[in-house]
Amino acid sequence: MLMGNTMPALDRGQRPSGRHVTRNKKSSADRWFKWILGLAGAGVLIVLAAMLVSTAVDAWPVFKREGWQFVTSSIWDPGTSRTEITGSYGALAFIVGTLATSGIALAIAVPLAVGSALYLTHAAPRWLRKPLTYTIELLAAVPSVVYGLWGLLFFVPVFLRPVMDLVAGSLGRFVPFLAPPVVTYNYFAAGVVLSIMILPIITAISREVMSKTPQSEIAAAYGLGATRWEMMRFVVLPRARPGIIGATMLGLGRALGETIAVAMLIGGSKQIADSIFLGGQSMAGIIAVTFQEAAPENVKALIGVGVVLFIITLIVNVMARLIVRLTGGRLLGDASV
Amino acid sequence: MSAPQASVAPSSVRPLDVRTPNAAKRSRRDRLVTGLLIVAVSLALFPIVLIFYQVIRKGVGAISWEFLTTTQPFSQRKTGGGYLNGLVGTFYMVALAMLVAVPLGVAAATYVVEYKESKLAPIVQFFTDVMTGVPSIFIGLYIYALLVQGSIGFSIGFSTLAGALALSLLMIPIVARSSEEVLRLVPDDLRNAAFGLGARRWQVVTQVVWPTASSGLITGSMLAVGRAAGETAPLLLTALGAFTIVPKLVNAAQSALPLIIYDEARGPFAAGQARAWAGALELMLIVLVVTIIARRVGRRSEIQQ
Repeated sequence: MLMGNTMPALDRGQRPSGRHVTRNKKSSADRWFKWILGLAGAGVLIVLAAMLVSTAVDAWPVFKREGWQFVTSSIWDPGTSRTEITGSYGALAFIVGTLATSGIALAIAVPLAVGSALYLTHAAPRWLRKPLTYTIELLAAVPSVVYGLWGLLFFVPVFLRPVMDLVAGSLGRFVPFLAPPVVTYNYFAAGVVLSIMILPIITAISREVMSKTPQSEIAAAYGLGATRWEMMRFVVLPRARPGIIGATMLGLGRALGETIAVAMLIGGSKQIADSIFLGGQSMAGIIAVTFQEAAPENVKALIGVGVVLFIITLIVNVMARLIVRLTGGRLLGDASV
Repeated sequence: MSAPQASVAPSSVRPLDVRTPNAAKRSRRDRLVTGLLIVAVSLALFPIVLIFYQVIRKGVGAISWEFLTTTQPFSQRKTGGGYLNGLVGTFYMVALAMLVAVPLGVAAATYVVEYKESKLAPIVQFFTDVMTGVPSIFIGLYIYALLVQGSIGFSIGFSTLAGALALSLLMIPIVARSSEEVLRLVPDDLRNAAFGLGARRWQVVTQVVWPTASSGLITGSMLAVGRAAGETAPLLLTALGAFTIVPKLVNAAQSALPLIIYDEARGPFAAGQARAWAGALELMLIVLVVTIIARRVGRRSEIQQ
C-alpha cells in the first residue's frame, strides 16, 4: 500500500506511461510475459528441429533405398513415379560441386578479406577507412540473383573467360585440374563470383576483431623497434586468429548454402568434371534447377540432397561458433547474421 | 558498421625510426606488405564498382515508367511490359514475413538477454546463432514439404503465404541476433533505476528496455527485410512465380522480383534479359535504400552514450 501511487517520480507527472504499478497482480503478469518470450525463444529451437525431422522423414524412402550410395555414387538418374522410388539417386557429383566452388571461393576470398581488414584497421590513412569499409560492405547488400545475372551476362563471359583460357593454356599443361578445354560456365566461374559474395562477411568480422587489438601492445611492439608489418604479424594477427578462423568458417557456411548465383554460373552438368574449367552442379543448384519439373519421387530425392546440405552447413556453422566461443569471443555485428 | 574505433586508434602510434643491422631489408619487406595490402583492398573493391556500373548502365537503359507500372508479358521474346507483378509480390510477402518474424525475433532476443538466469536462454542463443547459417534453399524445401505439398495433413499450395513463411524463417534469426546485440547495450543502470521505482520485470522490459533500444531494434528488422527482399532460392520452392498480380493468400502461386529476374536472365531472349537488368536495378535500389535507412536509423553508438 505504501508504494501505491505515491512514488515521487510519478507525482511529478513523469510516469513512463499511463500504467500504474499494481501490486496484487504482481507475479501473474510477470510470469505470462516470461512465458511468452520463452515460447518465442523455444520456437526457434522447435523450428530448427522440425526442419531436420520433417525433411528427413520426407526423404526417408530415398535414403532407405540408396543407403550410403546416396552420397558415394554419382549416378543421378531420376525416375518419374508418383509412389515408388524407381530412379537412381547418387548425389556425389553435387557434393563435389558444392565443395569445389566453396573451396575456390575461400581460396580467393580469405587472403583478400584478411588483407583488406588489415589495411582498413592498421595501415589505411584515417580519412579513407570509413568510406572503404562502407563500400566493401555494400557488396553484402547486393542480392544473390543480381550476382547471378551480372556473372551470367557480363562478368564470366566478358571478363573471366579470357583469364580462364589463359590459365588453362599455360598452367593447365602441367596441373591436371586446370587442364583445357574451358567451357564458359564452370566450377571456377561460380567459385569466383561466390568469393565476391562472401568477401564482405569475412572482411567485416576480421576487421572487427583486428580493431580490438589493445593500443598498449601495438605501442609495445613499435617500442621494441618493430616495423608496421612486424607489428601486424606478431601483435594483430595472433590475437585475431580465432576471429579470422570463425569468419572463414562462417563464409564457408554461406558459400555452401548459396543457391541462385551458383546455379546460374556452374554450368549444370551432372557429372564430376576433372577440371575446374568444366561445368558441374552444386547441391543447392540441383534443387533450384530441377525442382519445378521433378516427379514426386525425384522431389523426395531433392529433399534428401537438401538434408545432406543442411547437415554439412550445420556442422560448419556449429564449429565456427564453437571455435570463436572457446577462445572467449562471439561473432558480433550485422555482418555475422 | 560502428565499431568503437576511437578507443583503439592505432594510427596515433607509429613505428620508431631506429636503424638495426637488417633495417633496410625489414623496411623493404614492410613496404612490400603494405603494397600487397593495397592490392588486396583494390581487388576487393573492384567487383563492387563493376557490379554497380553494369547494373546501372544496363538497368537505366531498360527501365521506364512502363516497366514500373505494368506486369510481365507472357513471352520473354516480347519487348515492353514490366515487373509490377513481382514488385507487388515481393512487398506482399516481405510485409507478411515481417509481421511474423519481427515480434518472434525480438521476443526471442529479449528472452535471451533479460532472462539470462533461465536454463533455456543460452541454448536459444546458441541455436539462433546456428539458425542464421541454415541455407535458404533448405528453408524453402522445409516449407515446401510441410505446407505446399502438405505432409501435415493440409496443403496451402504454392502461395503467397508459403513464400512469406519461408522468408520469415529466414528473417527470425537475423532479427533475433541483431536485437540481442542491441538489448545488451542497454545499460543495467536504467534497468535498476526502473526496478528501484517499483516497476515489475515486464514493465522494465516494455517501458524502459525496448524504448531505449528501439532504434537498434528497427535497424535489425530492416536489415532482415533487406535480406529477405533479395532472396530467390526459398521462393522458387514456395511462391513459384506468376505473371499477374496475385492478391490471394493461399493456393495461388505468387511472383517476386528475384524470381522473375532469375527466370528471364537465364532465358535466351534479348528482350527478357533487358527486363532482367531493369529488374536488377529496381531490386538493388530497394535493398540498398532499406539497408541504408536501417544503418541511419540505428547508429548503435547512440545507446552507448
